[in-house]
Amino acid sequence: MFEAIAFYTFAVLTTVMFYITVTTKQALYALTALAAGMIFISAFFFILGADFLGAIQIIVYTGAVMALYAFGMMFFDTTRELKEKNSSNFIVFGLSGLAALMIVLIFAAPIVSTNMAIAYPIDPTIGNSQAVGMVLFTKYLVPFEVAAIMLLVAMIAGIVLAGKKMDQSLTLMQDDDIVIHEEANKKVVI
Amino acid sequence: MMEIGLTHYLVLSTLLFGIGLVGVMRRTNLLMLFFATEILLNSVNIAFAAISHYYNDFAGQMFAFFVIAIAASEVAVGLGLLIVWYKRTGNIDLMTMTSMKG
Repeated sequence: MFEAIAFYTFAVLTTVMFYITVTTKQALYALTALAAGMIFISAFFFILGADFLGAIQIIVYTGAVMALYAFGMMFFDTTRELKEKNSSNFIVFGLSGLAALMIVLIFAAPIVSTNMAIAYPIDPTIGNSQAVGMVLFTKYLVPFEVAAIMLLVAMIAGIVLAGKKMDQSLTLMQDDDIVIHEEANKKVVI
Repeated sequence: MMEIGLTHYLVLSTLLFGIGLVGVMRRTNLLMLFFATEILLNSVNIAFAAISHYYNDFAGQMFAFFVIAIAASEVAVGLGLLIVWYKRTGNIDLMTMTSMKG
């Protein structure tokens, strides 16, 4: 009963938030709605008993990814209204057909997989975080380490790409200095 | 109707995936395109967690963790590239990125 109420409440909230994200013309509204949608999605993980996944969802998405987007948006002109495109009918209908095919496949998947073998059964006597740790550090140790190296590569790439010309502070210069500086920057091809 | 099963979660996941797909097709601002891809990844995570719960299998949750790790590194590299592009050209409109056009 309460599970149904929680499911429908958060389903409606998540759908509305993501609908706002893809339709609004203001970048700031899209960012805020996306952050709210991420928080609401973590509720599904808590309902499903995946407590650790829900906590990770809040920490990583709304803590790290959204903060990264918010800092990244300081570089862009986000006050301008966004333009939308009306792409050709062939692309839209082709992709919609593919999506419809995928829906059919998703609904057919539980019927096909009735004799699916369970790889790592959930033990109800131990907590979710403990079970996640036991599976992650035994069976999935190599993918875990590869993911760690991938995050390191992404961090270095982010620093190298975004950190160019960060050594000059525009706030400490005089106004005419900034104009000269920007004129000089335009001639430099990064 | 009151008993929430696997199908409910799969329908919700498909709905959110459709919303993200519409966003990918309609948006021309590259930052908004990144938001739409985040929606796609999150909708798949719901399906993974639901299947993991209803089949008593941990593999679904593990895949959801790796999807989150992929999404985090994608955002870091993508935003870095986006900032470099914005410094060079002054906009992040998808229609202006035609330098690889044959």
